[in-house]
Amino acid sequence: MHELAIAESIMDIALKAKVDKHLDSIRAVGVRIGVMTDIVPEALEFGFDIIVKDTALDGCCLKIERIPVRGTCRSCRKFIEVEDFVFICPHCASRDLEITQGQELDIAFIEIDDDEDTPVRGMDSNGEENTG
Amino acid sequence: MVKKIPVEKKVLSENDRIAGEIRSRLKDLGLLSLNLVSSPGSGKTTLLEKTLEALSDKLKMVLIAGDVQTDNDAARLVKAGGTDVHPIMTRGACHLDANMVNKVLAETSLDGADLLIIENVGNLVCPSSYDLGEDGKVVFVSVTEGDDKPLKYPGMFRRSSLMIVSKLDLLPHCQFDVATVIENARTINNDIEVIQLSSLTGDGMDEWYRWLKQNIQDKKQAAK
Repeated sequence: MHELAIAESIMDIALKAKVDKHLDSIRAVGVRIGVMTDIVPEALEFGFDIIVKDTALDGCCLKIERIPVRGTCRSCRKFIEVEDFVFICPHCASRDLEITQGQELDIAFIEIDDDEDTPVRGMDSNGEENTG
Repeated sequence: MVKKIPVEKKVLSENDRIAGEIRSRLKDLGLLSLNLVSSPGSGKTTLLEKTLEALSDKLKMVLIAGDVQTDNDAARLVKAGGTDVHPIMTRGACHLDANMVNKVLAETSLDGADLLIIENVGNLVCPSSYDLGEDGKVVFVSVTEGDDKPLKYPGMFRRSSLMIVSKLDLLPHCQFDVATVIENARTINNDIEVIQLSSLTGDGMDEWYRWLKQNIQDKKQAAK
């Protein structure tokens, strides 16, 4: 049950982004969670909803994308998706697999209200101020 | 209208940054570090007691013992001859994180040390997410637990370098098949090494000591 600690790390990063990017409010935080991370999405959402109360993120929710375990078999070179943590190639039964996905624990994006009444500054990728 | 702003940041980037600093310090020192993980009561502390009794005149060991509450494990390790033992009481947290370990290491002289062992909180789920800057995780399964443990907690077994099958002396009294636990572990992690032992009878302990010495030597060699 370390989801609360993970939720706290997500909150810290989102709060910092809010200040750094001069945002009025954040509606949602998008996170990518690999299946191999031992994190239960429902518990993470529950913990996040509780800890953001009475902070500058009050009302902000999580949008969780689960990432399956995927990779390539080094023996037959075929693309594989690992199900139920059986790390055996379904095509040739080799155990020599290169796993490329499924370990993610990343913040992917934040969502903000973007209407004309609430100008957003400092968002352009080229660094120019964007009023809206 | 809703606008999406890309962020692309690891949730545990702060933990990983500190773990990276620890790893870099230990690399310069050529100091092997192991993160011991298991469910509660699988024999981590007992194995460390026996290891101290057998090797403390030959190896300088620094030990960190994590527990939710009490420093009982650390006291046991001191009694067994540990001269450099540091308890971490997490007071509720189900895992150690890199910051807790770093605080201890910041106040600890590691000069001349051969081995750093971090005994994590007994828990097969949460500690798997937190890098402590270690060279490898050592996961314990005692024969009283069930040979399907790797299948139940795949994340931890996937991330571990060595599996210790402990309490081998109790095998006659348990419905536990050693070949099955090894097969299950290798379904999750084909590269995992395995040592079977009993801290009580001493069975298999030589192999553990050989494994330790070999890895200590390899780490020192890499630092030269």
